[in-house]
Amino acid sequence: MANTANPSQRIESMLRIRRFEEQVVRLAEARAFPGHYHVYIGQEATAVAVCETLIPEDMIFTTWRNHGHLLARGAGPNRLMAEILGRATGYCRGKSGTLHLSVSELGAPATSAMVGGSLPLATGAALGLKHQRSVGIVVAFFGDGALDEGASYEAINLAALWKVPILYVCENNSIPPEKRKRGQYPSSSLSAAELVDVPRALQVPSEVADGADTDGLLACFARLIGEVRRTGSPRFVEVRCTRWPGNRMTWPELIGGECNLDWALGVRPEPPELATWVETSDPLLLYLRRLVASGQLTQQEAAAVDARVRDEVAAARHFAETSPWPNEAEARLGVYAEGGQP
Amino acid sequence: MRVNYAQAMARAIREALVADRKVFLIGSTFAGLSVAGRAAFATLFQEFGDRIIPAPISELGLAGAATGAALSGCRPLVDLGAGSFTFQAWAQLVNEAPNIHYMSGGQSRVPVTFYSLIGIRGAGAAQHSHRTQAMLGNVPGLRLLLPASPADAYHLMKWALQESDGPSIYLGHSLLLDDEEEVDFSAPALPIGKARIARNGRDVTIVAHSIMVRRALAAADLLAARHRIEAEVVDMRTLSPLDRETMVRSVAKTGRAVVADESHFSFGAGAELAATLAFEAFGYLKAPVYRAATPDAPIPFSPPLESALVVTPEKFAMAVLAVLRREQA
Repeated sequence: MANTANPSQRIESMLRIRRFEEQVVRLAEARAFPGHYHVYIGQEATAVAVCETLIPEDMIFTTWRNHGHLLARGAGPNRLMAEILGRATGYCRGKSGTLHLSVSELGAPATSAMVGGSLPLATGAALGLKHQRSVGIVVAFFGDGALDEGASYEAINLAALWKVPILYVCENNSIPPEKRKRGQYPSSSLSAAELVDVPRALQVPSEVADGADTDGLLACFARLIGEVRRTGSPRFVEVRCTRWPGNRMTWPELIGGECNLDWALGVRPEPPELATWVETSDPLLLYLRRLVASGQLTQQEAAAVDARVRDEVAAARHFAETSPWPNEAEARLGVYAEGGQP
Repeated sequence: MRVNYAQAMARAIREALVADRKVFLIGSTFAGLSVAGRAAFATLFQEFGDRIIPAPISELGLAGAATGAALSGCRPLVDLGAGSFTFQAWAQLVNEAPNIHYMSGGQSRVPVTFYSLIGIRGAGAAQHSHRTQAMLGNVPGLRLLLPASPADAYHLMKWALQESDGPSIYLGHSLLLDDEEEVDFSAPALPIGKARIARNGRDVTIVAHSIMVRRALAAADLLAARHRIEAEVVDMRTLSPLDRETMVRSVAKTGRAVVADESHFSFGAGAELAATLAFEAFGYLKAPVYRAATPDAPIPFSPPLESALVVTPEKFAMAVLAVLRREQA
């Protein structure tokens, strides 16, 4: 399976996620929605590289940190943002909020906000696709914490026993910058020396990828998704991401302000920990720097893409904020698929 | 045609496998330890080997996988084993499958059927005797199917596999697998969510489900023979949907009710039924509603200890007499 996007489209896709998430942080700061939430800043290349390699028949499963995966898969920012604000125009009519966002028409039919909860679901979807002789495969996105849960072991074991077409993408975002080198830091809480030791013990071919290296991720996912599609059997990849410093706090915070594309081109951000992160670990700005340096994209082109995406996200915010709240009666509807009432 | 409960289930499963390629099975111990039941399924497994996915001992993974397969467009039936084993699957069974349709704002449908064999089955002791219907009854989004007869073992399975649009749990009973009756499979079935009057009577209503229907019918025979009391027996068939109307209508006629439930007494399925009658049938009641249920103790191993906790037809009959005496007092 080949990569299908060009560099400019990739930058656009990554920037859309970055600007969307920044807007989510702004909305949370303005108390436009209640409750906890999670943003995908610093992991954009993973979702973008996976989703450009997928076909419409494929399914994806994500977690409470789902905005980036759904945007990369093609979800509309308007209805995503409306759902995050709990409005009637959201993809889930205001019933999921940020944590359980799903977009069935894009093959993302159910999002579990339970740690490890989506792995059995994703594995079963792969079994179902195999049973229906579909050309589709499943990609399951989850964090390193999911491997603390027994459900993950059961799911990976089932995938290996049943030989079903699934790619497990473990986004290990627990790694502090100073330990980015391979092998220095497997996870925040697992006693395994390497996360991939776990799927390997269950005979699932597994590898490690660098979440800050967009080109490396593109090659990795094109190859692995091709293998899953060809063999109909599972693969596992641990993507090592360094946590964006704004995620360190209890509530995400735009330390240093909104992302400035000039940070990729010589301007040094503040505070220093953000500067270090941008220099070593930000997949978006590192990719942008490489594209500009190699002449594949000009600064002006990048700025134009950014302006377009900012407009799109501002429009999504406006759409969400001006959307109606759900009718109170909606709370009791849709409990059962048939008839709608208990 | 004379069939037992296990044969009736196997027949419904076979028909669904023939009718719809999207139906498949995960696991294969539907008949538990019953020899007759296993025989009923043996030919089915032979005929449809490629539609039966072998299952490791992995209830949590299996419950989630079946749910995921339903999300991809299939209609799986997953065997979770004994009622007590469903606790291993709880996170997927109660916190994933029943929430998905609602949480997605109606975007996604989950036509999965979970299967387990509940009940105090003899020698199961504390960890193999659970009746899970009360706990599962507190989970919106999940249908609870509790067949008491071979006819319903067939009809409810057929509904779950061929018609349902959402997650259902089919709670068979270990001690009912060998029960036999004459079933006319071509006769129209009661719709899902409708209770059945299993025996007509004028003096007292016994509201039952699953194995308690059989025991209530035996108790009614005892009461008729020894005390000339005519008990009406209502078989709820499903606890979700819950047919409050049929139950209340019966009590409107008899004025007295015993609610039978193999769950533990406190917070059991019977508590919900009794509360419904206390509120909706208050004006008809001539005596307080009586709950016949398993006492609040784990199930012990030793046969005389186990028997001490089982609600038998004789205990039922005494419960009915107590209700009638209470009225006279």
